[in-house]
Amino acid sequence: MAQTRRTLLIDPLVDNNPITLQVLGICSALAVTSSLKVSMVMAIAVTLVTAFSSMFISVLRNQIPGSIRIIVQMVIIASLVIVVDQVLKAYAYDISKTLSVFVGLIITNCIVMGRAEAFAMKNPPIESFIDGVGNGLGYGLILMLVGTVRELFGAGSLFGVTILQTVNNGGWYVPNGLLLLPPSAFFVIGLLIWGFRTWKPAQVEKREFRIQTVEAH
Amino acid sequence: MEALISLAVKAIFVENMALSFFLGMCTFLAVSKKISTAIGLGISVTIVQAITVPANNLLLTNLLKPGALAWAGFPDVDLTFLGLICYIGVIAAIVQILEMVLDKYFPPLYNALGIFLPLITVNCAILGGSLFMVERDYDFTEASVYGVASGLGWALAITAMAGVREKLKYSDIPDGLQGLGITFVTAGLMAMAFMSFSGVKL
Repeated sequence: MAQTRRTLLIDPLVDNNPITLQVLGICSALAVTSSLKVSMVMAIAVTLVTAFSSMFISVLRNQIPGSIRIIVQMVIIASLVIVVDQVLKAYAYDISKTLSVFVGLIITNCIVMGRAEAFAMKNPPIESFIDGVGNGLGYGLILMLVGTVRELFGAGSLFGVTILQTVNNGGWYVPNGLLLLPPSAFFVIGLLIWGFRTWKPAQVEKREFRIQTVEAH
Repeated sequence: MEALISLAVKAIFVENMALSFFLGMCTFLAVSKKISTAIGLGISVTIVQAITVPANNLLLTNLLKPGALAWAGFPDVDLTFLGLICYIGVIAAIVQILEMVLDKYFPPLYNALGIFLPLITVNCAILGGSLFMVERDYDFTEASVYGVASGLGWALAITAMAGVREKLKYSDIPDGLQGLGITFVTAGLMAMAFMSFSGVKL
């Protein structure tokens, strides 16, 4: 197999990132990133679900009839998400409360479905599992980056540990409250995409209209 | 009655599905290039949302809640952990049925909305609506109102977004920000605008 397992794992991190390039799984990326701890739990949950659902779907890929494959995939994914949800409720109740509906929404997270449909239906289990882990990590990477920016500059802490002493606690840092509000996630991800695409110009989208440049003579 | 109107206004503006909970973002960003398609998708989401939220509410109260199975002789059974799989099953089934019914009885509507219906099964706004209904303990009437209103809110947001993007494609944007990047920033600005509704009460 020319496409080695290593590339399957590394590729989705930057070159084919699910969020910045494939535009998958954005909903949760925006909503849960106001603190780093929650982002990390979400990233782990999504990675696990993507990896295992890809593996199971790939094992069953020759048995699933084409016409009902979406329902079958949904059932597999939903069962895995229920497991994650119950585990979180049992061992990390606070985080599960903060994530509220977003754990359940992993079911409709397009990354999981997208990888199942695009990769796991055509490839053997081990490759699918690695592909799932890779895409989960690519998603997690963006989540953690956004979470770091939002928590560090919005609340002056990381993982709840104070890094920048805020004014309210007698320090010097005036926190940027906007970063704790939902819209900031859009800006942070938008700017991240800008950064990624400046670094890798191959990812830049073509313009629909070219602005005519008028030369001054 | 007033409580219901207030609930509806809240679901449309203050707690807009797309712009304050970021639900249905994938489709929101992918299908908002043209106003006409955005309206079509918005209508489909509203219809599906208006049916699935009350349907899942019935399912919850009559089958899943602790004690809900008392009529069948199992008063101690609590099936809420099966919730997620049931809701997504109901949504997938309803979308499928809606597609067939539209195809048989309203062909023009089917031709207009048909391509969006399969997309809707995996639209998080739909599952999100049902999950919020469960989390906030809505009764059947509230669930119906919430379903319609949250669908409308989503439709409003995607239509507005498509309007902005139609103009935006003529502007001179830095290369790296082209396409997806600027769409995110625009959505952020819109979300900030929608935040100004918070605190509005009837």
